[in-house]
Amino acid sequence: MIGLPHYLVVAAMLFTIGVFGIFVNRKNIIVILMSIELILLAVNINLVAFSAYLHDVAGQIFAMFVLTVAAAEAAVGLAILVTFFRNRGDIAVDDASMMKG
Amino acid sequence: MALQAIAFYLLAFTTIAAGLLVVSARNPVHSVLFLITAFFSAAGLFVLLGAEFLAMLLIVVYVGAVAVLFLFVVMMLDVDFAELRQGFAQYLPIGGLVGGVLTLEMVFVAATVATNGAASKNPLPNASPGGAPNTEAIGRVLYTDYIFFFQLAGLVLLVAMIGAIVLTLRHKPGVKRQDIGKQIARTPKTGMELVQIKPGEGISE
Repeated sequence: MIGLPHYLVVAAMLFTIGVFGIFVNRKNIIVILMSIELILLAVNINLVAFSAYLHDVAGQIFAMFVLTVAAAEAAVGLAILVTFFRNRGDIAVDDASMMKG
Repeated sequence: MALQAIAFYLLAFTTIAAGLLVVSARNPVHSVLFLITAFFSAAGLFVLLGAEFLAMLLIVVYVGAVAVLFLFVVMMLDVDFAELRQGFAQYLPIGGLVGGVLTLEMVFVAATVATNGAASKNPLPNASPGGAPNTEAIGRVLYTDYIFFFQLAGLVLLVAMIGAIVLTLRHKPGVKRQDIGKQIARTPKTGMELVQIKPGEGISE
């Protein structure tokens, strides 16, 4: 019998994999962006699972909005990445300190 | 029911394994392909829950747009990816520690919420309450209660589109373009010249 905890555990593991990916791939911004997508996917699984087990559609609406924001984030993130690569010739982000923040 | 359990474990295992391979693959192109696998199996999990509209949306938006965008960028950039993997082993222990602690905490919270929370009263999932099909149930709520948020989402996409264009658009020097300010600032004085011509000589420039 598959219940809500099963889905929540899958989402938790996927979320952790995303965080882990950001930790271990600190130089590779492409993999960092993909890890963020994994994290947002985990959030979506959580929202849809709760929506289904609470018998309330609102969770799926929220998942849709998360999807929208994820798409926008990927587009802008990759645009910044392309501009960064044009200006510097590589994408190593661990020493990106051009703005001297 | 047993079939459903088999499908769930298969899809869940595929999702997790593909996620792990996304962050650990040597080649970023492989990472993107594993990301697509993860999205597909997550869409399968959504179908198991009964949220088929979200499942289709996940495939169309993520696999059709986002993952292909990633693939484009990865293939377009000529980067030495082996060099970018330096420090992978260095951050592995601390990353694994943080990840393990995070998973344990979230699993405890999830177990508590699922057994004591409001959702524990409903043992069976129902993604489309009210008897209507899933897509209709979403539409009935999305276009009434959440209409302003829906339009705001459109605005977010518009801003993202304009932002991406502004960031990546490059003007090539030496290409003739219309300069409207210059056109409007033009007066008869600057645009026209009166020349006195002596009879029989013509104009020589």
